[in-house]
Amino acid sequence: MNALQNISIAGENSLIVYFGDARTQIISEDIASEVAATAAKLRDSLGTLLIDLVPSYASLLVIYDPFKTDHHAVRAAIRRALATPIEPDNSQSGALVTLPVYYSTESGPDLQTLADNAGLSIDDVISIHQQSEYRVYAIGFAPGFAYLGELDPRIAAPRLATPRQKVPRGAVAIADRQTAVYPAESPGGWNLIGLCPELMFDPSAEPSMPVQVGDRVRFKAIDRDTYLDMGGLL
Amino acid sequence: MNMNTNTGFKIIQPGIFSLIEDAGRFGQHGIGLTSGGPLDRHAFRWANRLCGDQQSAAAIEITVGGLVLESKVNTTIAVTGANIPLSINKQSRELWQSHQVKVGDRIELGFATSGSRGYLAVAGGFTIEPIFNSAATVPREALGGLHRDGTALQAGDFIPCPESLSGSKLRVPHSHRPDYSANSALLRVVLGYQQQAFSNINKQRFFSSEYRVTESSDRMGFRLKGPAIKPTVDGILSEGICLGAIQVPADGQPIVLLNDRQTIGGYPKLGSVLSLDIGKLAQLLPGGRLRFEAISIEQAHNFLLLDQQRFTDSVLDAVDEHE
Repeated sequence: MNALQNISIAGENSLIVYFGDARTQIISEDIASEVAATAAKLRDSLGTLLIDLVPSYASLLVIYDPFKTDHHAVRAAIRRALATPIEPDNSQSGALVTLPVYYSTESGPDLQTLADNAGLSIDDVISIHQQSEYRVYAIGFAPGFAYLGELDPRIAAPRLATPRQKVPRGAVAIADRQTAVYPAESPGGWNLIGLCPELMFDPSAEPSMPVQVGDRVRFKAIDRDTYLDMGGLL
Repeated sequence: MNMNTNTGFKIIQPGIFSLIEDAGRFGQHGIGLTSGGPLDRHAFRWANRLCGDQQSAAAIEITVGGLVLESKVNTTIAVTGANIPLSINKQSRELWQSHQVKVGDRIELGFATSGSRGYLAVAGGFTIEPIFNSAATVPREALGGLHRDGTALQAGDFIPCPESLSGSKLRVPHSHRPDYSANSALLRVVLGYQQQAFSNINKQRFFSSEYRVTESSDRMGFRLKGPAIKPTVDGILSEGICLGAIQVPADGQPIVLLNDRQTIGGYPKLGSVLSLDIGKLAQLLPGGRLRFEAISIEQAHNFLLLDQQRFTDSVLDAVDEHE
């Protein structure tokens, strides 16, 4: 275990592992790979002692069954998982998923403001958003909500001062250096730049989400007709 | 289990807020699903045990009251938790006790005089098609429950359950029935997460002060009001949140996160409330008074194991039919 990882108590049956330097709070591909690798090892080594795992940017919450094990044993399992060297990440792990987006001021009510504030044209914003390959760093907030990073700093934008009461399903959004697709209609404070016709969470589908933590995502522009043909709503 | 869907209960009135809950939805945090399940696990599992040897069968969580059902089945039911007046065919009935009901019986719940969550269980459990391995209703996620879409029970709903002709009348010993009348609770806390981001003065203030439950409290979390405690950091990288986590936003007013909490979040946390005390918190009404007490992780494990042993070892009293 290296000095930049530590294990803290979270609750009566949960430990949380922090990766990297917790004080600097950096988001990095290497740290995310370590989180993913540790999660996979613990799933194997703890088996039915495990109730659930919550991987995030630079941490892993480990929830165990306190009637089958205790925090000493789980701590030891975590230490063993951290002690095994992790294969250097070639940044190609995880599936590559391409999500179609209808970018426009009609489907993205914050596109104009975001472009103005960034000193860019709308076409520049749309093009920059498609240039990067994003990593799924975490899933949470709501079922199927995947946090994608990192966004090109040229199109990063703070959350809205007043969150919207209603963000439509499929809204493609930006907050700071993150981007995401809203899986369902919900309140939200991210900047909306387009709409994706693909369902990000479908309880009746197997799997219920097109992406998982560690996957990579690219966005690809589609026009209005294609968006509607794919089942998108306006 | 008898999967006959012709037997069950018809909802005449759903009451203020009544939800189907089983033990909860586990192993699905990876796709962002919360755990759900009964807020007061103590009352929930006693209701189930009164109806047979079952601990996590689907039951109804009744918030405050007002639920009226018509039985279309011969079976055993039990209601535990908050003091909600119960009657069967206008005859007053005891809580924390099993009752036989037959086809055509009308089961009415009034409104809580103390506590706020009641549990109605039935022999064999309600027959609910699970979604992600659970019947638990999570309205915020539009998942689970009778229609699998997170909606609360509504008038006209029919909740199937098997017929059960066996079953003796049992009651929970008084020593296991909480008294909710004080509308106050002492919650045990395991320190953790960003506890180092709270100064000793702030921790002392938290553990020596009284907090009150605010109106903005629901199955997601209970927002408290009291002396502000300020962490030395405003926000953190979003990370996993466990049941009972005490989150402190910038205004310094703690929020205890409950069964329907978001799975990840970016506010600093002081630690987590012991699960055995979550039910005590959830039974409080707005204005309810709270104090906190720090315990070690070792004590927490001991409390959990002792509680489990006490539940398993306790013997239900048989009810004298001629009382």
